[in-house]
Formats: sequence, C-alpha cells, structure tokens
Amino acid sequence: MLAAGAVSKRIGSRWILHRVSLSVPDGQVLGLFGPNGAGKTTLLRILALLARPTEGQVVLRPAGHGERLLEGPALRAHLGFLGHESYLDPRLTARENLSFYARLYDVPQSDRRVDELLDQVGLALFAHEPVRTFSRGMVQRLAMARTFLHRPSLLFLDEPLSGLDAQGAVVFEALLGEARAARASAVLVSHDVAAGWRLADRVAVLAGGELVLEGPASEIGPDRVQAEYRARAQSAERSRAAWSASHGRSA
Amino acid sequence: MVRFARKVGLIAFRELQAEARTKEAFVAMLVFALLVAVVFSFALNPGREAREEIFPGLLWVTFFFAGLLGLGRSFAGDRGFEPLGGLLLAPVDRAAIFFGKAAANLVLVGIVELAALPVFSAFFDIRLPLSDGRLWASLVLGTLGFILGGTFMAALAANARAAELLLPLLLFPVLVPVVIAAVQTTGGVLARALTEELAFGYRILVVYTVVFLAAPWLLFEYLLES
Amino acid sequence: MRILIRVAAAAMIAGLYLGLVWAPEDAILGQVQRIFYPHVATAWNAYLAFTVVLVGSIAYLRTRNEAWDRLAASSAEIGVVFTTLVLLTGPIWARAVWGVWWTWDPRLTTTLILWFIYVGYLVLRAAIDQPDRRARIAAVFGIIGFIDVPIVHFSVTWWRTIHPSVIRPGKLDLEPAMLVALLVNVAAFTLLYAVLVACRTRLERVSAAVAALRERLRSA
Repeated sequence: MLAAGAVSKRIGSRWILHRVSLSVPDGQVLGLFGPNGAGKTTLLRILALLARPTEGQVVLRPAGHGERLLEGPALRAHLGFLGHESYLDPRLTARENLSFYARLYDVPQSDRRVDELLDQVGLALFAHEPVRTFSRGMVQRLAMARTFLHRPSLLFLDEPLSGLDAQGAVVFEALLGEARAARASAVLVSHDVAAGWRLADRVAVLAGGELVLEGPASEIGPDRVQAEYRARAQSAERSRAAWSASHGRSA
Repeated sequence: MVRFARKVGLIAFRELQAEARTKEAFVAMLVFALLVAVVFSFALNPGREAREEIFPGLLWVTFFFAGLLGLGRSFAGDRGFEPLGGLLLAPVDRAAIFFGKAAANLVLVGIVELAALPVFSAFFDIRLPLSDGRLWASLVLGTLGFILGGTFMAALAANARAAELLLPLLLFPVLVPVVIAAVQTTGGVLARALTEELAFGYRILVVYTVVFLAAPWLLFEYLLES
Repeated sequence: MRILIRVAAAAMIAGLYLGLVWAPEDAILGQVQRIFYPHVATAWNAYLAFTVVLVGSIAYLRTRNEAWDRLAASSAEIGVVFTTLVLLTGPIWARAVWGVWWTWDPRLTTTLILWFIYVGYLVLRAAIDQPDRRARIAAVFGIIGFIDVPIVHFSVTWWRTIHPSVIRPGKLDLEPAMLVALLVNVAAFTLLYAVLVACRTRLERVSAAVAALRERLRSA
C-alpha cells in the first residue's frame, strides 16, 4: 500500500503540488495522468522518497510487511522506480549493470535472476554488449529489467512505455502483471491516456499541481480523463496568456 | 558493518570497472601529471639545490591538480546518464555512496601517483628514500585527506551550475591543511628531518582525515536530496 | 530598527574619535598604530559574522526555515566585506612597522584563507538557482568551511610564526586609554554589523516576497 497525505511541494516561490492526497491498495495500479507541467514527475519522485515534500507526508507499506513501518534502506529495498533516466552505466555491459544492482539489492540467486530478466526483456543476445551501443528502445528495456529485478512491491513508473515498440510494451505488461499478482502497488504516469488507462485499476488526473479527478478505472473511462485534462490544459493556457499579456511580454 | 563495507566495495568496484573499460579519467590524469613535470622543468629550470627544495611542493601540486581531473567526474552526470539516481534509490546508506566513490577515487589517484613518482624522481634527479616508512605515511595520509575532502566537495559542487569550474575554487581553500602538511612532511623526510619536527604535520593530516571521515555521516545526505 | 541605526552611527563616530584623536599616540609605532582600532574591530566582527553563518546553516538544516538561510547568506556577505577590510588595513600597518605589505605569518594567512572560503561560499550560492537547493548546499558548505578554519590555523601556525601577539592569556599589553578606544570600536563595529545584517535580511525577505507575489499573479 502506498499513500500521500496532503502533499505539497514548493520550489522557490512556486507551488508545484498543492495538497495532493491519494492512496493505492496492495495489488493495484493507479494511472496518473495530466498535461505537461502538471507536477506528475515531481509527485512520483516524492512518493518514491527521491524528493521531500514541503508539506504533507508519504506512507509506504510494502505488501506482506503488516503494520510495521519500514524506513531508510530497509524500505528502499522494496521500491522500484522507472524514470526518464535509465540509471544504467553506459560503459558497462547489460549484464554487468544488472548484476551490480542485483548485488546492491541482495537479490537471492542473483545470477539466475539476471539471466531470467535479460531473457524476458529480449536482451539475452546483447547481454555482453556495453549499454553505450544500445538503441533507445533497448536501454528502456534494460531499465525495465533493472526496475523489476528485485521484485519490488512498490512501483513508480514514469512514462514506462516511452521508446518501447509493441513487443516491448507486451513485455512491460507481463512484468507489471507479475508484480500485481504478487500484490505490489504501482503508480503509473503516462501522457498516453488510452495505453495507461488499460493497465490501471484506478485513475487520477493531476493539473496545475492539484488532483482534479480520482476514482476507479471502471467508472472513469479514458474519454472522461482525456476531456478533463484537455479542459485543464486550456484554462491553464488561458491564464498563462493573460498573465503574459498583462506583463507585456510573451511567455 | 560488514553489510555496509560490502556495499561500499560494490559501489567502488562498479566505478573502477566502468573506468577500466574506457580508462578516460586514468589516462587523462596520468598524462597530465607527467606533462606537469615537463612543464615545470622548462618553466623553473632549477639547479641542484633548488630542485631539492621545490620537489615536494611540485610533486604534491601535481597530484592535487591531476586528482582534480578525476574528482570532478565523480558526481557529474555526463552523456545523458545520471550516475547517482540508481544509488539513491537502492537500499544503501547515503554514507556508503560517499565511501564507495571515495574508495574508487583513492585507488585511481593512488595508481596515478605511484606511476608518476618514479618519473618525477628521475626528471628532477631526486633519490626517494623508499624504505623510509615516513615517506609512505606522508604520501598515504596526504592522498587520503585530499581524496576524502575532494570527493565531498565534488558532491557538493555537483549541485551547482558549472560544477567543474567551481570545484577547485571551493576545494583548495578547504584543502590548505593537507597542502601544507603533506608538502612539509614529504619535504622533511627528503631532507632527513627528525621525526619529532614532522610529528605535528602528521597529526594535522590525521585530524583532517578523521574530520572528513566523520563529516559524510552527518552531512552527505543533504548533498543528495532533491 | 531606526533606533539601532542611530545608536550604531553614534557609536561609530565615537569610536573614530576615540581611536584617531583621543587615544594617546603609540610611543614606538607612532600614528600608524591607530589603524589597530578599526582593524581589530573588523576582525572580531568578521569572526562573529562567520560564526553566525555556522549557526544559521545548522539551524537551516534542522528546521528548513528560510529565515535561517537568509541570515547565513547576509552574514557571510558582511563577513567577507569585513575580512576584506581586515586584509586591507593589515598591510597598511605592516608596511609601516614590518617594512613589507604582506608576510606569510599565521594570522594573516589564516585570515586570507578564511576570505577565500567565504568568497567560495558566495560564489557557490550564486551558482545555484533553485532557492531550497541553494540554501541546503550552502548550509553544508557553511558548516564544513567553519570546521576547517581551526585546522587551517593550526597548519599555518606550524608552518611559521612571527605575528605580534597583543592579547595573551592573562596579560594585556595596552594602555588603559587605548583599551577603552579599542572596546568602543569593537562595540561600534558590532552595532554596524547588526545594522547591516538587519538590512540585508530584510532585503532578502522582501525580494522573496516579491517573487512569491509575482508567482501568484502568474498562476491566478
């Protein structure tokens, strides 16, 4: 289970997030949508403990750990984060990269697990090639393997499908499905509403740093999400334009 | 504690493994160190006595500047790859990240120093008392203090724009005790000074090292937040 | 605030009068000795300023209250100005007494390194745009820089020593009148420091408020 309670984030004098509350039960995926600059990535980083909120709090309870509150390294062992950065070292091979993380996370039988994942993401043939020679799609596949390597029960996925071909998307779905079956909770950020919605149990729309819509995916269809965030994007655009006009310069 | 040391080792090993693939930093540091020896010889053209007097200072200045080339890269995310993010997410203490990076830097700079030492000795015709433990104590403690302070400042500067320009500016004032004590103890050993005369210098190096061994535990995590 | 400025101004005038006119001429060093009063007063306040940077830095990291960061930043700026004055008035005296503008004696050298450390602090601040990151990173440097100063001093002292030591433990080599002039000057410069910090932190506070207001206008 993961939850945010009235999370706000201020950078300088700008509020990037404003009192965002949400919770994702064990075994569910929350699809988080919103226009550019809505604060999705910031929220995800705060949830994954990579950034600290200015106000509010984040509660992370890995499935199977009861009511005991973990923190620090013990808690981070259960987090899986797939972001814009691959967190892979381009100078090392695919296998070396995964092996490093497997040891860092104390993954049992790490060699077997690494081979299994390389196979699963379709990079077994390239296991001994340096990552620097990989295409963008291959890097994203390897980053995917890195994310799921230690069987995390709290997943934070920022545009996981970007750069992936249809085949890669299928692999991703399989990995996410596996994690969900193991009662992991996930937050999935996507700008592609149709693709993201299909994978989600619940959906939320973030606009201008505020949560404007939240509910089960069965009740809120992709059209509604799409409409909501288009409306928000337009109103944000209007106010920006108005502000710029009043200050006599273009935004 | 064993777990902590193991993670430090893992991080250091990965750094060195990656460096071994390209040898970018290593080659740059080594060639730079040798080049400095040549440039100093041209620029100063010292006579016998002057050579003995300036040798320790020259040696350490070269080590510091060459080391700076490698330190600057420790926390800089170049080539579209962010080296820290994965470590920040992982179940390791922030301090383990610091000591892992510092250990890798220590090995790298240590090898460069060992390679440059005989060349300097030959260029300036200075016989090094290699069997004198005090020489090694001076080299090891000086390098340790430099690497610990330098790795910390590199992590600090990485938070700013133009980190590589900023690093020497921030590091050298803070490094003054090491500069003085390392040069004086190395010079003292070469001039066959009494151990008592140099004891205070060694003590400064030890204190400096201890301070920068302790500081990461208290302050390093603040450098990695976002 | 008004009152503080007036008191500080009066104290500065009194300090200048006592130091430059009222205090007796030094028997050996002559008139040039009078630079000693502002020199010591600024040096003392530079140390005070950097101690305040340390306190502000620690307090910021503990509370994340920006007021502490503004205090540390303001104090560092004023400390650098005071240290610059120390480094300028020192050589004037040194030239007359020692015959050289500069000498690598421990106190001079430590002060020079101190200047470099806090100039570095200001450069570091200027190189980070995001306010909370700037505050956090500068605070760490403010702490490390301060811890480093005594080690610098020990190493420099070990390196060499010829600086005259006026104030030794238990004994004061000063005429009573000179001591009065010195104390008044130290007090005056401390008040000046207080005024400058107050002005500088208010300026920071106001500009942060302006930025927040502009942001609100933009998002409204």
